[in-house]
Amino acid sequence: MNTVAFIVIAILTLTGALAAAALQNLMHAALSLVVAFVGLAAFFFLLGAEFVGLVQVFVYIGAVAVLIVFTILLTRRDAEKDHDFNWGGALIAIAVFAGLVWAILKTPSLAIDVVQIEPLTVKRIGEVLMTDYVWPLQCVGILLTAALIGALILVMEEKNSKS
Amino acid sequence: MSDSLDQILVRAKQMLLSLLAGAPDWVIQLASSLINIFALLGVFLTLFALMSVLERKILGRMQNRYGPNRVGPFGLFQPVADGIKMLIKEDIVPARADKVVHFLAPVLIAAAAILAVGVVPYGRNMTPFAIDGGILFFFAVGSTNELAVFMAGWGSNNKFSMLGAMRAIAQMVSYELPLIIVTLPVVMIVGSLSADAIVAAQSGYALGFAPRWFVFTPWGAAAFVLFFVSGLVESNRTPFDVPEGESEIVAGHMTEYSGFKYATFFMAEYLGMFAVSGIAVTLFLGGWHAPIRVLEFIPSYVWFFAKLSVLLFMFIWSRGTLPRARVDQMMNFAWKFMLPMAFTCIVAAAVWHYAGGGMAGWLWSLVMIAAVYITLSLLLDTRKKFAPRTYRFAE
Repeated sequence: MNTVAFIVIAILTLTGALAAAALQNLMHAALSLVVAFVGLAAFFFLLGAEFVGLVQVFVYIGAVAVLIVFTILLTRRDAEKDHDFNWGGALIAIAVFAGLVWAILKTPSLAIDVVQIEPLTVKRIGEVLMTDYVWPLQCVGILLTAALIGALILVMEEKNSKS
Repeated sequence: MSDSLDQILVRAKQMLLSLLAGAPDWVIQLASSLINIFALLGVFLTLFALMSVLERKILGRMQNRYGPNRVGPFGLFQPVADGIKMLIKEDIVPARADKVVHFLAPVLIAAAAILAVGVVPYGRNMTPFAIDGGILFFFAVGSTNELAVFMAGWGSNNKFSMLGAMRAIAQMVSYELPLIIVTLPVVMIVGSLSADAIVAAQSGYALGFAPRWFVFTPWGAAAFVLFFVSGLVESNRTPFDVPEGESEIVAGHMTEYSGFKYATFFMAEYLGMFAVSGIAVTLFLGGWHAPIRVLEFIPSYVWFFAKLSVLLFMFIWSRGTLPRARVDQMMNFAWKFMLPMAFTCIVAAAVWHYAGGGMAGWLWSLVMIAAVYITLSLLLDTRKKFAPRTYRFAE
């Protein structure tokens, strides 16, 4: 059953990603990217990483996708215009793909009989974040706070402009 | 006797599954999920039909008129008539609309709403999808609503739709923050994101009679009120139904929808309301636990749905009594009042926890919440600034 699920999800994810790269209409491309995000979340669920899957849905679909569609909406006037085929992009994509394939082929394959690891619970993640990884967590917190303040300053109404 | 009545639905499901004995494992798993899904859909679509007629009846009562009373006894078959009307209405898609996106928006919004009702524990051993991160699941599928609303607004290719969608997304993003942050104290005290564990933590009685629901602690009471208000906003209900403000932007992102697609949006709104109320009951009102020990013989699901009905009545009640808030008032309220109060709830819960939950913790967290509430009220008080209204853009 897992294999069937894997194949179905893989087809869904790849179709979404391909559509995101190939569709002419930018908004459709952005929405297809969401399908790919859903597929990734499904993979995490399939692997038993429930928390990561949920966060994937939460952050990528709830926030990143909305951010992308709004960016397109608010900045592009030619969202509907046809674009020429981007040869440079295709070349870079092929290069990255070839690099990844090369890296995967060079890596010695993992031992098949994996040690049975305990399922990762949300509680365990919280404990680790609050003990071993507390400093990275704090740094990320400061970074995000700085970004938030920066965004606020960018959109702040200037007090002394003409009323 | 009371135990068998309590578990009668669970037993019924087991009986159905025992018919499949001998089948491969995955068939039984699939059948089990399908039974859950059909039960959920059956219960909540019936509840949706009932709720739509009850809402109109109650609103009618509040506005001193009858409400629907023509179809069936007391107008109870009104939803059937509405449903038939919606089904046979012409489905109009604007010529310039993005057909695929326009079609997918109601599908996505209904799917998210149905998924969200799945993680609520409806009774003892009655959680349709009992997963470890149930509460997180609820928020994760809830966050896809924003995308669905955007798709509806953008796909319709209509100014009012787009403006309505922008407003809806702005308010959803703003109120999602307090909604999530006020669940954190509960998660913190319980130490689990699983809805079942949260309900289990609220069992038993303090001092022998008072139920240990989180709404009866100072931080829990404050968090419950904040959660309820954010829930009102998330399900776009009056007084926060700015996205579909008829007097300003026709019907917001639903302007270009007709027939059954409009009904789907309507259904998703109600299902979202059920989901938010169900999670509120789970988090703060003790889930399916009975309020006093003597009444424990009543089945757990009856208690759950009784609490749910009270919250749903409050949704209708606020719609019948409160006028619509202005967009800027809503945003100010979210960022200047709700958010600081939500953070205070976290700190107050931590104080309550470290004081051992006794009288001292109770007092300290009460003092903290009251202090922040009073300070915020004084700071945000605009009564002194009453002056002739000035118009910035419309001279």
